[in-house]
This record gives sequence, structure tokens and C-alpha cells, in this order.
Amino acid sequence: MLIPHPLLGPRDAQEFTYLGDAALLDRPDGMAEGAEAAFFDYTYLRDNPAGLHRELWFHEQGDRSWLVVTRDTVTHEIVSAELASDIKRRGGA
Amino acid sequence: MRFSGLRVIKEALTGHRGWKPLWRNPEPKPEYDFIIVGGGGHGLATAYYLASTFGQARIAVLEKGWLGSGNIGRNTTIIRSNYLLPGNEPFYEFSMKLWEGLEQEFNFNAMVSQRGILNLCHSDGQRDAFRRRGNAMLLAGADAELLDQDGVRAMYPFLNFDNARFPIKGGLLQRRAGTARHDGVAWGYARGADLRGVDLIQNCEVTGFRIEGGAIRGVETTRGYIGAKKVGVAVAGSSGRVMQKAGMRLPIESHVLQAFVSEGLKPCIDGVITFGAGHFYVSQSDKGGLVFGGDIDGYNSYAQRGNLPVVEDVIEGGMALMPMIGRARLLRSWGGIMDMSMDGSPIIDATDVDGLYLNAGWCYGGFKATPASGYAFAHLLATGRPHDTATAFRLDRFRRGALIDEKGVGAQPNLH
Repeated sequence: MLIPHPLLGPRDAQEFTYLGDAALLDRPDGMAEGAEAAFFDYTYLRDNPAGLHRELWFHEQGDRSWLVVTRDTVTHEIVSAELASDIKRRGGA
Repeated sequence: MRFSGLRVIKEALTGHRGWKPLWRNPEPKPEYDFIIVGGGGHGLATAYYLASTFGQARIAVLEKGWLGSGNIGRNTTIIRSNYLLPGNEPFYEFSMKLWEGLEQEFNFNAMVSQRGILNLCHSDGQRDAFRRRGNAMLLAGADAELLDQDGVRAMYPFLNFDNARFPIKGGLLQRRAGTARHDGVAWGYARGADLRGVDLIQNCEVTGFRIEGGAIRGVETTRGYIGAKKVGVAVAGSSGRVMQKAGMRLPIESHVLQAFVSEGLKPCIDGVITFGAGHFYVSQSDKGGLVFGGDIDGYNSYAQRGNLPVVEDVIEGGMALMPMIGRARLLRSWGGIMDMSMDGSPIIDATDVDGLYLNAGWCYGGFKATPASGYAFAHLLATGRPHDTATAFRLDRFRRGALIDEKGVGAQPNLH
């Protein structure tokens, strides 16, 4: 698989380490009411969709940036890749 | 129809005209006491033990495709009980004991072959870990032997003992482990269930659950609504998709695992060998092909096919372990969808919906568990209580922090 890195162009997926669902960007507030349940959900439960999946890839053998890659889990087609830092800066997850 | 040597001879002499289909192809009835979703190994075994051991009736198995079309049809056929943790090992040893009596039990040739599994170790630390695991196995009633390098050499002289980076120091041997004919297992359970009145309904996809007042009433399928008192879901890699229809999110990610088989060769590998320094394992099928595999690809997938980097990684492991494998040609490779759980261990439990039960999270170790998984799931469905060997496989263990993490890598499914 080739991942279209927003800064470096197409890069071999082998340069990346896979973490999982991009929902992990949206870490719950540990001080908030109901934090225990929120962290159980955050740590263990996944949507695990068949189809488009937004997921975190770390460019470990490259520029060490975190990307949010949108990929089809049925065909392995990669639709888009964005810098996770850009998404966080926009306030999204 | 009973299978026996005498029967084979009789059929051979009479032109093989007496063989009949192994199971019926019934229309679904309006209602059942038990519906098992998923006609794979675990689902068929569950239906079989429900009908035989637990004496239940009015049972149906609903299968989207054909029987045994999922992971029971695409695994590397290894059976073993060499786990470490107390939540796991008694269950897998129970499964091993069921394997040992399986063919007589359901009168079908599953080609269970106790040819032994040898896990190789390559460092002193790894040998210590294997000694501990072997002791845990012995405590659970399994068999285990720690071999030194000479012991390994006597069994498999062709291994690369003097690999500069990963010399072979010894291995943990379980002689009662081995292989079984994967399709035969599915067919044997299917036939046994059918003979006991279970309706095996193929080409029948479950599209939804009818839940009223927090209790299951039945399932919507592509062949209409079917009522049920209890529904057990055993759909492996599709667990997330199916349980989502019941409004549940699971501690599971679906990943692709590849497997490989070489051209047919003369007998050269008696048992199952696993490389301890990379992820590579190999056995030889009775047809002569070397059957081998390694790691999952590592990203969420429902594709039933993987990518080349893992092919390369697996073959590198093979070359490091037994350089002679480089002379064999690869015949086929394929992929299957694994329900990778958050701690690498399975789930056999009731859900929050009354009457809806879940059997999932087998990661890439579901085949060896087939008999015990079916038995324990049938026990749960019939009695409402978990089987003695499956009390740790609870769905709420993640919330309670009672994980069964053999590798100790945490909530990261692609590392299990």
C-alpha cells in the first residue's frame, strides 16, 4: 500500500506503524464526570467498520509525523491522508 | 449412515452408489429454541454439542454462504494446548482432549494427527520462559517437554542451528499437539448436528436482530424473519459487523492473516515447528505441501487477502529457520479475517440483551479451540452458566481490568 503523505508524497506503508481508529485522537477528559466509563470506551471499544475507516499511521521510518489515513477496509484503497496535527489544530478528531 | 472401514470396502465393491449427501438442506422454520448465527467451525460445533451433549432440540444454524466457508476453511490446521495463563490453558487442554476423541465421537474422519508441536527457543531468557510455560501446561493436565539443542537436532537435523543472530538453543515440545483436516472438522460437526435434527440453513444472512424489552425475539434474515428463544453469534471476523446490528460495539478489531502452502514435497517435516525469533511456523500436509504462516498484516481489514510485505517477512523467517525451504516453490497464499480482541483472548459470554450470546475474539487461534469453543458455548446457551474451563472469557473483563493477555502487550490488537 502507498500512503499519500501530505508533505512527502506517496510513501510505502512499510515506513509506517499502524495504531488504529482515528477516534483515539479524541482522548476523554480524565477529570470529567464519568471518566472511568469514557476511558473504558476509549481504550477497548471499536467501531471496526467494513468500508471506509479513518485510522492513525505513524511515519516512524520517515518524518515521524502522525497521519490520519482514510482507507477502505474491504478493498485496502486509500482515499486520503492528512496530518493528525492539522486535524487537532482545527479542533477535530 | 455410519462410516466404517467395512462400509468403504462395501461401497468400493458396489460402485460407490450408496453414498448420500451428508446433511439435509432444509427450509427455515418460523421459530426455533436456539439459533446459531454462523455456520463455521465454532457455530457447527456449538449446534452439535447442544443437540448431542446437552440434549436440546429445535436448533438452527444460519450461514450467510456455505458451511465452513470462513476461517475453518482457511486456517493452517494446527491443534495444541500450550498456553501459559490460568484463564486460557485449562480451556485449550479441554479442547485438546476433545480433539483426541473427536473422530469416534462424531463418526467422521477429521484426520486428527498428533504429530507434535515444537516451539524453538533462541536465548537463555526464552528458554526460562518456555520452562515456565511448560510447567503451567503440566499443571493444567497437558503434556510438555523441554528439549535441549541435541534433542531438537535429533528431531529436525535440517534446522539452521548455528544462525549467527538466532542460534537454536532448544525447544518446548508438546507431543499430543498436531494437526487436523480443517474442512473435515466442519463437515463432521455439520453431519453430526444434522443427524440429531439440527437445521443447517445456508445462504441465509442475518440482517438484523428483533429485540423487544431488552430480550431477543428472533432474527431478520435474507430468507425472512425467524423467531428464536436464544441466539448465539459465532461469526469470527464478522463479529463487529453482526453485533453492530444489535447496537453493540465490541473490544475487537478485524485484521487479515495470511497463510501459505508450497508445492507438494516428499515427507520431510514430521510435526509442527515454530520459529522463536520471528513469527513463522510450518507443518507438512498429508498431500506434501508445506503449510506455513506468520504475523497478521497489522491494519484493520475485511479483504480476505493481504499485502506483499508480510509475505516477505514470513518467508524471511522461514529462510532463517530452515534454509532448505528456499528450494520449494510457493503454490498458494490466501487471507482470512481475524477477530482480534483487545487482550488476544476470546469471549464466550451472554450480552446485555437477554437471550443473545456472543462467541468471538479468537484472534488467529480459533481452529484449535473449535471443539471446546462449541462445547462451552453450547453449555452457556443450554444452562445459562459458563463452562468450568471458560469462566474467564467474559465480555466485561475489559471493564473490570481482568484481561487475559498472554503476550502482555496491552490493548493493541495488532500486537497480539
